[in-house]
Order: sequence, then structure tokens, then C-alpha cells
Amino acid sequence: MDAHDLAQRGLRPSATYDAATIHDIQRAAATGVYDIRGGGAKRAVPHFDDLLFLGASMSRYPLEGYRERCGTDVVLGARHARYPLLLDIPVTIAGMSFGALSGRAKEALGRGASEAGTSTTTGDGGMTPEERGQSKHLVYQYLPSRYGMNPDDLRQADAIEIVLGQGAKPGGGGMLLGQKISERVAGMRTLPQGIDQRSACRHPDWTGPDDLTIKIAELREITDHEKPIFVKVGASRPSYDVKLAVHAGADVVVVDGMQGGTAATQDVFIENVGIPTLAAVPQAVQALRELGVHRSGADAVQLIVSGGIRTGADVAKAMALGADAVSIGTAALIALGDNDPRWSAEYEAVGSAAGYYDDYQDGRDPAGISTQDDELAARLDPVAGGRRLANYLRVLTMEAQTIARACGKAHVQHLEPEDLVALTVESAAMARVPLAGTSWVPGSAGSPGAGYGG
Amino acid sequence: MDPVSESVRHLDLAEVPLRSVNALLHGREVDDLPALAPGEDVVLTHPQGAHAVAVGLDSPRQVRIEGHVGYYAAGMNQRADVVIDGNAGVGVAENMMSGSVTVLGNASQAAGATAHGGLLVVHGDAAARCGISMKGVDIVVGGSIGHMSAFMAQAGRLVVRGDAGDALGDSIYEARLYVRGEVASLGADCVAKQMRPEHHEELAALLKAAGYEDDDTAAYTRYGSARELYHFDVDNAY
Repeated sequence: MDAHDLAQRGLRPSATYDAATIHDIQRAAATGVYDIRGGGAKRAVPHFDDLLFLGASMSRYPLEGYRERCGTDVVLGARHARYPLLLDIPVTIAGMSFGALSGRAKEALGRGASEAGTSTTTGDGGMTPEERGQSKHLVYQYLPSRYGMNPDDLRQADAIEIVLGQGAKPGGGGMLLGQKISERVAGMRTLPQGIDQRSACRHPDWTGPDDLTIKIAELREITDHEKPIFVKVGASRPSYDVKLAVHAGADVVVVDGMQGGTAATQDVFIENVGIPTLAAVPQAVQALRELGVHRSGADAVQLIVSGGIRTGADVAKAMALGADAVSIGTAALIALGDNDPRWSAEYEAVGSAAGYYDDYQDGRDPAGISTQDDELAARLDPVAGGRRLANYLRVLTMEAQTIARACGKAHVQHLEPEDLVALTVESAAMARVPLAGTSWVPGSAGSPGAGYGG
Repeated sequence: MDPVSESVRHLDLAEVPLRSVNALLHGREVDDLPALAPGEDVVLTHPQGAHAVAVGLDSPRQVRIEGHVGYYAAGMNQRADVVIDGNAGVGVAENMMSGSVTVLGNASQAAGATAHGGLLVVHGDAAARCGISMKGVDIVVGGSIGHMSAFMAQAGRLVVRGDAGDALGDSIYEARLYVRGEVASLGADCVAKQMRPEHHEELAALLKAAGYEDDDTAAYTRYGSARELYHFDVDNAY
């Protein structure tokens, strides 16, 4: 029975107690445990969909849509590192652990990223040989748990990402449930097989920004100042966090909004902690500008934005707001084959549906991606998966180029806030661009036009 | 550390920059300083509390640091035997993989944090979070340790000849803790356990390795995981 039929019978749904909320209460009452799931925030929040590009017109000169050059390359971490990361496209693959994902999925991510000329990232569980082997550019995460952390892998990484938090759960640690702690995963993490693993929410040997400065210096010393150092934060107070990260010596800052995914976290945490990606980007950019390191040449600190990047339009909008690159996680998994309708019957069998599956914590992923079950994992061909991911990355890049050319930009990084307007008051206030058809930037001093200084 | 071998390189941190010293210790040539020969031992003088001294070593040599060091001394050590003739700051021997680190004085917080292997000996006291997230290292502390030590300790052994502060072994996994003195309090899921013969044997070997072979192992209590937090349920979801 659809909503219309119910309305015809005089049955009116509650906006406060909607069907999903009622189900949550019933489930909590029946089980006595909270809901753990994967993915990012599902609630509707102001996002890049609420922005539009203005495009060229009489006063702006567009580039020809296909032939004219529109650069996409990006340099990450040239501030201090001897060997900065040189990527062909500004879309990178976010950190996702071996453990959360199968070894074949990690390999596929490496293959796809390498084919598209970009980087992929390890995760909370160490670096696997298949991932290193298939990744031309591999970012090695340095997490509070330090699972699998060792100096040999540190030296063979192309960059180091110190993780303070992630958008799905700023302030929270990780978890990996027992069904995914296989013998190999347990061995890499030095844990008993089959336990429900917790990852610490704070680093064990430093406790604040001053300590982080010393920690970054140590990592540089260990790696002879060769590697760019990224610092990743979950979006909560990006203005302060970005400034502190830069002061601590970060070459690149990664800001992950609340739509960013996780492999396993409490639903209440995912939905109620952190701020939307759209709200975080302008704050992060302003922080970099105030420190004089936003796109400032040799001493610049790059900003990578993640959390809900799905299309080339999202890429272009994030970059127009000031990001130097973006990172994708959930979308990359979908490109590999996550939530593919071909597994519909099996999604139904585990209580979900194609397009809704988010039980990444459960280890029974029909697509064979978020699992350590050998039989399920074998469903993902890492070569074919890598090819799909590379295709997707190419589409994201071409879409972003299409928009950039329409705005008259010879490089996607030339996109700027002036190219954008907002569809809603909320998104205008967060993105700090004018409401479409007006010169009003809510929260600004009232001067017409867009931009962070308005 | 045994008397250093015939081939010893003396480096004065008051004159040679830390970057150059660490590069040399990594087997690199630095400016007009020739690379270290295999097995060539090193004496570092005047560290004056510098951070990240002798980090990332990956060769079998002895390194003696004469003076106090700051954060992360001998961090991520592999194969080298490092002696710090002084006090050590935060995170000494953090994430050590192998070899040994000996602190003749006291150590600050997070000594041996996340270390996977090797032997860390602190002859004085170690502050809070000693052995936090340890993953296989052996740590012997001559004095006492501070609060939250062995938090989330996964593997390895921690021996304390003195007392332990509050919340010892909170959320501990499979590490084994031996404490001779008083424990202010135990952390979540950490319990006292019986000393079986294999534990006396293990403890005696650790004490001997650290130079405390005269200790009576019967004076020690073993602590480890009750393994009640290994699986989530509503009762441990705090």
C-alpha cells in the first residue's frame, strides 16, 4: 500500500515518528543493543546538490568543450617533502582498511587508482603486499590503533596520512566485528582471531597539537624527509583543526564531512556527530587563507575534501570552494560493484536490498567487497573491479573538466567561489556564495558578490 | 650495553644537526661525514633534550646517547641496541620492532607505545601510559609506572619492579603484566591471574635480560585480560 492509499484512508505519517524511527525503537526494545552499520550519514543535509555553476556568458569566456586543454593534475605535499605526490587527476581514493575490505577489494582499488593516475590509501589495519604492489601512489595511514604499523611500510609508502578522525565519527575510534577478524586480519593487527576489535579514538603517544608537531617531525626523520605528511580530520571544527594541523607541519590537510563513510560505527554516531562536507570546506579554506598557505605556491598546504563526493559536479564544486583535490570512498566501492542489483536476491536474504546495503560490519557482503569470507571475496575480480573504478574516475574527471571549461577555466583548480550560486539559504550560508538570483550571502557583511571575504 | 666495539663514531649533537645524525644512522652519507660502516657503533653526546634522536634505525649497531633526550627517542627501532644515559621524554622506543632500548634514568609518558618487538628497559620510573597499545614488545621497568599503563595492550610482556598507577591494563588484550608492588587500580577487563610455572620462567628470563636476575619472581603478581570485552553486548557498551 503506497502513501497515497494510506492518506486516502486518513492515515497520516508522523514527521517525528516516521516509519524508520518506529522501526529503530522497536529494534532497540527487542534486542537491547544499539545499531552498528556502515556508510555515512543518511539524513538530508545541505550538500553540493544545493549549488549551481553560473557558466560563461557575455562577461565570461568559455573554453571549447572537448578540444581545449583543461588541466587536472595536482601536486600534493611539496611544502616539505622531497618527493611530493604528483597525481594526474584531483580525485583520490580514501583510506579503507584491509579487514573492513577484502584483500581483493584493496587490490582493485589500487589497480583502478593507478590506471587513472591517482593515489589510494591504506586504512586501519596495515599495508598489504597486493595493495602496495598494485598502487602506483599509496598513502599509508598512521592511525591511533597503529595496527600493522611498521617502519618498513612507512618507508615504502608514497605519503603518510596521520588520521585524527573521520567524518562519519569525529571523536570516535574504529571497530571491526569478529566475523571479519580472520586469521590474516588478526595476524596483521596482533589480535586474537574472531574478537570484536576496537580501535582507539586517540593516539597513544601524543595528545595535542604541540605534540603533533613533534610527531610529524619524528615521522619526517624516520623517512628522511622524503614523504608528504597528510593530516586527516573529521569535520567538526575545521577552522581550528586545519590551522592547528598546518602549524604542526602538515603538508596536506584532509577534511572529511559527515557524509563520509565508515565500515562500522553506531548509527547514532554517524547521524548526529560532525558537520556536512559543504559546511566544512569554506571554513577549512578560510583557515588556510588566513595562514597564507592556500594555493600560495611552494609553501602551499593542499586541502583534500571527502564525504559524499559522487559526481564530477561534486568534484568541481568542492574545488571551486577551494579544495585542491577530493577523496572518494563509498562511491569507489559502488564502482567496484557494491550494491549491484545482480546480487538482489542475496541482499534480500541478509535483510537488505540492492541500493540499501550498509551492513559492512557484518562480513556477509554479497558483492564480496566488505568481507573476509574467501568464497564471497572471490566474487570480486580485482582486475575487472579496478577497470570499473578507473572508468568511474575518468568520468568524474571528464565531468569536472566539462564544467570547468564551461566556466572558462583551463585547469579544474581555477574554478572559484565566484563561479557558484546556491539554491537554498542554508547552502548559501554554509558555502558562502550568493543565493541564486541575488547577491546575498547569508552571514556576510552584506557586500554583493561571492567569496570568503564578503 | 657492552663496551662499544673498536669502531666507534662520536657525534656531538651540539655541532652536528639532528637531521645529519639520523641520516648517518640510516646508512646515508651526509655532507663531508662518511657513511657509517656496517656494525660501526655510535656515541651521541649533548642531546640536550632533542626530540626524535636516533629514530628509524634499521641496522645492528650499538648507539649510546649520553644525556637526556626529548620525545620519541629510538622510535621505530629495528635491530639496533640503544642506550640512553639519562632521562627520556614521551614515547621512548615507540613502535619498536626489534633490538633493544635501555634508559638508565626515568622515562616520560607512553614509553614503548605500540611497540611490536624488542626489549625496552627503563631503570628508573616510567610515567603514564607505559606500554600503551603494546603489540609484542617486552618492557621492564626498574621503578614504578604511571596511570593508564598497558591500555589496550595487545601482546608482549610488561614487568614492573615497583608500583603501578590507576587503571592498569584497561581494555587489555593478550599482553601479560607482572607487577611486584602495589597496583592503584585495575582498568576495565584487567584481572590478577595465577602465576603458573611457565610464568615464573618467563618473568625470570625477562628480569635477567634487564639485569635484575636476583629478583624473586614469587614476589610478582601477574595481570591479564578477563576477556569479557572481547565481544560487544549491551553490558559492555560504555
